[in-house]
Amino acid sequence: MMSIEPVLFYIFSTILVIAAAAVVTVRNPVYAALCLVLAFFTCAAIWLMLEAEFLALVLILVYVGAVMVLFLFVIMMLDINLARSKEGFIKYLPAGGFVALLIFIEMCIVLGPENFGIEVTGEPLKHAADYSNTKELGVTLYTQYVYPFEIAGALLLLAIVAAIALTMRKRPDSKYQDPAMQVAVRREDRVRIVKMATEKKQ
Amino acid sequence: MIELLLSIWNLVPEALQILLIIILKVVVIAVPIMLAVAYITLAERKVIGYIQVRIGPNRVGPRGLLQPIADGLKLVLKEIIIPTNANRFLFVIAPLLALAPALACWAVIPFADGWVLADIDAGLLYVLALSSMGVYGLIIAGWASNSKYAFLGAMRSAAQMVSYEIAMGFALVGVLMAAGSMNLSAIVESQSGSFIHWFWLPLFPLFLVYFIAGLAETNRAPFDVAEGESEIVAGFHVEYSGMAFALFFLAEYANMILISILTVIMFMGGWLSPFQGIPGLEALFSFVPGIVWILAKTCFLLLLFLWFRATFPRYRYDQVMRLGWKVFIPITILWILVIGVGVMAEIGPWFD
Repeated sequence: MMSIEPVLFYIFSTILVIAAAAVVTVRNPVYAALCLVLAFFTCAAIWLMLEAEFLALVLILVYVGAVMVLFLFVIMMLDINLARSKEGFIKYLPAGGFVALLIFIEMCIVLGPENFGIEVTGEPLKHAADYSNTKELGVTLYTQYVYPFEIAGALLLLAIVAAIALTMRKRPDSKYQDPAMQVAVRREDRVRIVKMATEKKQ
Repeated sequence: MIELLLSIWNLVPEALQILLIIILKVVVIAVPIMLAVAYITLAERKVIGYIQVRIGPNRVGPRGLLQPIADGLKLVLKEIIIPTNANRFLFVIAPLLALAPALACWAVIPFADGWVLADIDAGLLYVLALSSMGVYGLIIAGWASNSKYAFLGAMRSAAQMVSYEIAMGFALVGVLMAAGSMNLSAIVESQSGSFIHWFWLPLFPLFLVYFIAGLAETNRAPFDVAEGESEIVAGFHVEYSGMAFALFFLAEYANMILISILTVIMFMGGWLSPFQGIPGLEALFSFVPGIVWILAKTCFLLLLFLWFRATFPRYRYDQVMRLGWKVFIPITILWILVIGVGVMAEIGPWFD
């Protein structure tokens, strides 16, 4: 009996290729972003079939759950003028086409079957049910590659701090509230009860 | 009769047999969830009613017990209105995108020892990844409605859910450090021992952060700024009607149950009996199956959801953000360090 795995692989990879092509071809940028989400999702499904469940789930968590949400957030707030963005398409076509062709050739050279064919890499190993990809990755990252890993982490932290420091500007006219002060407020600061004699009716 | 059924069953090809059994399991999980969702709406109205010294719904059926059925029927029969200039495709697909992740998460939830549909090793990560998908339903609904209020609600919910997901993720990191596994069944097993062994005690700040962040993730009061009926009429679902509207509520309530049961699994010992390790009481209550304990604990947390809604006023939007980023994330990072020290020093009875 034929295994179900190749069938699933071809279904997922077809969806992935179509979604990836749609990202750059659909006109509506919101649709393009959603196609990218679909592409990430099917990519994660293919990684799952390669027994890389940790990477697959992290791909969904980070790119689908956080990055693309923020992308959509920004895209939806833009007023996108489709007619203007298509201006000068013919003018840029030769240069753009040349770059695309160059990248295509380069990728063919690097990713061709002579480097990544089944004879070179061998058939992916099938592991037993108790094999944990997460554990395997963790052990490799924290023993063999611990310094590169930590350096990459420090660089990312630096980039976060730098991005915030570069874009943050305190506007002198904006008003802030201090919640600690709001919580610490006492009745005596706000209300003054005045005792006064009742007035007689004239 | 049974032999006849068995012989028919044996004629079915093996691959199809496995598929049928899985579908049956899915139905066995999904149908009670849907029923629970329906009856939580009734429980919510009753509980809030009693808190406010009212009776709540009591007209349909005995003591109002058929009220959810009547509500469901009404919503099914109502017309789904699609606004002019709305993006039809996305408008229709958005409620489904909200509901599907909320249901898919249930695949890895263990209801008792071994009672789980998919016993995967990365269960915790799976839950986190899928629950982060739910926000798309809200954003797309808000954008596709072509309405200012819906759009504002969508923006608010996107920002809120992304912010609280970080605190939630850190809380989960603490749990997986303490349990040493991402498999939800293994997490429950590692809390075995007694009431004191459950993770609510060593991970108390994370327990609180996780549950409160769960409130914010499900857009429940006091964090329901995405809905904000007094500010932006009803937020992202203002243009929805009929069954499309109902699907958003199904998703919200299914997420509520999910957050409650996950809190129970990670911090309150899952299906373990609270009398475990107490001489006398343990033997007395040993006849109670695990699923009763897990459901009882989940019901208690669900009651908290309803109680909060009746008790707290809505947060102001900037305060929601402050709580998530400036309070919860520092607390969780600090407590992860504490757990790290605890695990290294093998402090008992949790980390030895």
